[in-house]
Amino acid sequence: MGLKDATAIVGIGQTAFAKRLPESEKSLACRAILAALDDAGIAPSEVDAFASYTMEETDEVEVAKAIGAGDVTFFSKVGYGGGGSCATVAHLAAAIATGQAGVGVAWRSRKRGSGPRPWTNTRVQLPTPAQWTRPYGLLRPADEIGLLARRYMHEYGATRDHFFNVALACRNRANQNPAAMMYERPLTREMYMTARWISEPLCLFDNCLETDGALACVVVSAERARDCARPPVYIHSAAQGLPAQHHGMVNYWNDDPLTGPAWTAARHLWKTADFGPQDVDVAQIYDAFTPLIPLSLEGYGFCGRGEGAAFTEGGALEMGGRLPLNTGGGGLSEAYVHGFNLITEGVRQLRGTSTAQVPDAGTCLVTAGEGVPTSALLLRS
Amino acid sequence: MTTHDATQELLHPVPDEDGAPFFDYAACGELRVQTCTGCHEPRFPPRPCCPHCQSFDSLWTKTSGRGRIWSYVLPHPPLLPAYAAQAPYNVILVELAEAPRIRLVGNLVASADAALDSVDPVRIRIGAPVQAVFHTMPGGPTVVRWLLERP
Repeated sequence: MGLKDATAIVGIGQTAFAKRLPESEKSLACRAILAALDDAGIAPSEVDAFASYTMEETDEVEVAKAIGAGDVTFFSKVGYGGGGSCATVAHLAAAIATGQAGVGVAWRSRKRGSGPRPWTNTRVQLPTPAQWTRPYGLLRPADEIGLLARRYMHEYGATRDHFFNVALACRNRANQNPAAMMYERPLTREMYMTARWISEPLCLFDNCLETDGALACVVVSAERARDCARPPVYIHSAAQGLPAQHHGMVNYWNDDPLTGPAWTAARHLWKTADFGPQDVDVAQIYDAFTPLIPLSLEGYGFCGRGEGAAFTEGGALEMGGRLPLNTGGGGLSEAYVHGFNLITEGVRQLRGTSTAQVPDAGTCLVTAGEGVPTSALLLRS
Repeated sequence: MTTHDATQELLHPVPDEDGAPFFDYAACGELRVQTCTGCHEPRFPPRPCCPHCQSFDSLWTKTSGRGRIWSYVLPHPPLLPAYAAQAPYNVILVELAEAPRIRLVGNLVASADAALDSVDPVRIRIGAPVQAVFHTMPGGPTVVRWLLERP
């Protein structure tokens, strides 16, 4: 028994995305989940499986009783922040494919726009491994990834223009997407090159947005999917990735810190798939920071080691390019909700309903946070 | 004259059981790394058993305190207040001369007790040789800092 095409995403839902939304995370979660079930044409009472992130603060008990779910027989939470996004869907797919449940809901609701920045809470973050990093002023994810980005630039000749290519592609797609926080905010090279630093070599536009919002999707068996309201988007392959001797975002203590969890997830993802990187029509790659894109392009096999920056040249990530990227605007320019919007945008592409539709898109790679224990999905129509 | 304000202090390391010896040795002015007694492989961060031979026996090997800058960043605000006050400052990652896979996060400073922004960023280069020095934080533990060998 395998996972390949055994299950499908049949419903997606989301709230508005904004710097500040008035409703609670719990309300936003319920609204996104009910929208996804309505999209699928499935009654809330049929839901018997849930999956979310360990950082999700609304638990299954609260969600299930609020939306009117039935008896729930599978529930799961995945760790490592945005690294868990695709794994929430993968856990539901595994549960449904093995008969543990019939209708699964994955979701993420977060008020990161109006709420506190996690790094300001030092009390919970100073123990292992922060004793080795944080007192020295490596305080934020931007600092931790900035350190790897600087080394990447040094080793492979990557430049700020390469990171700009990533920021620009995401912003251009957001400018086509009315739901995106940056819908009416074009980005120019001049703006990028003169922006304030956050952690040099990373500037403001190398960093994702801070967003209030929630998203959800519904997973059922391929058989059940044929009777749903929308065309099924099949979960073709799924993988998690925790490499040997990996250390989380501060991955500074192994042979090769620039070979991250993407490489581990990718090996398993492609091993179980009927197609390879050259057959991917559109990609939704986790973009908390622009350097994660070249690193992920290498890890998932779109180019060789050290070639990720050069891959972004010549409009490769734009519409009509070699690999259209983050077509809703991504975490950089649509919304940063721990990557869940990359999953829903992948579904839109394969339904043919994206605001930046890749013609006849039939395959999509969706990835979770790189640089931490990660996960990925191959979706197909 | 300034009043005491905890929000203006740099964060102190909170060593766990495995990491405590590192800071104890630093307080004696020594940079030591955990090394497996069984297979002699050094490991960092410290942990209960050896990932190569699974031995639970280890000792702490003294190093020369010499290394090279592997990478660095220059954080700018928004930051915690004590760090914002010195921003932009540097954070460097140093690979140790004796064990290049062991890389320590620290600050490049003009002298052991100088500010985090005491070295002009134009002087910071990947590959530059550095030497460990030891800074005792006010009311707290001793941390390793780094000086350029050729300032």
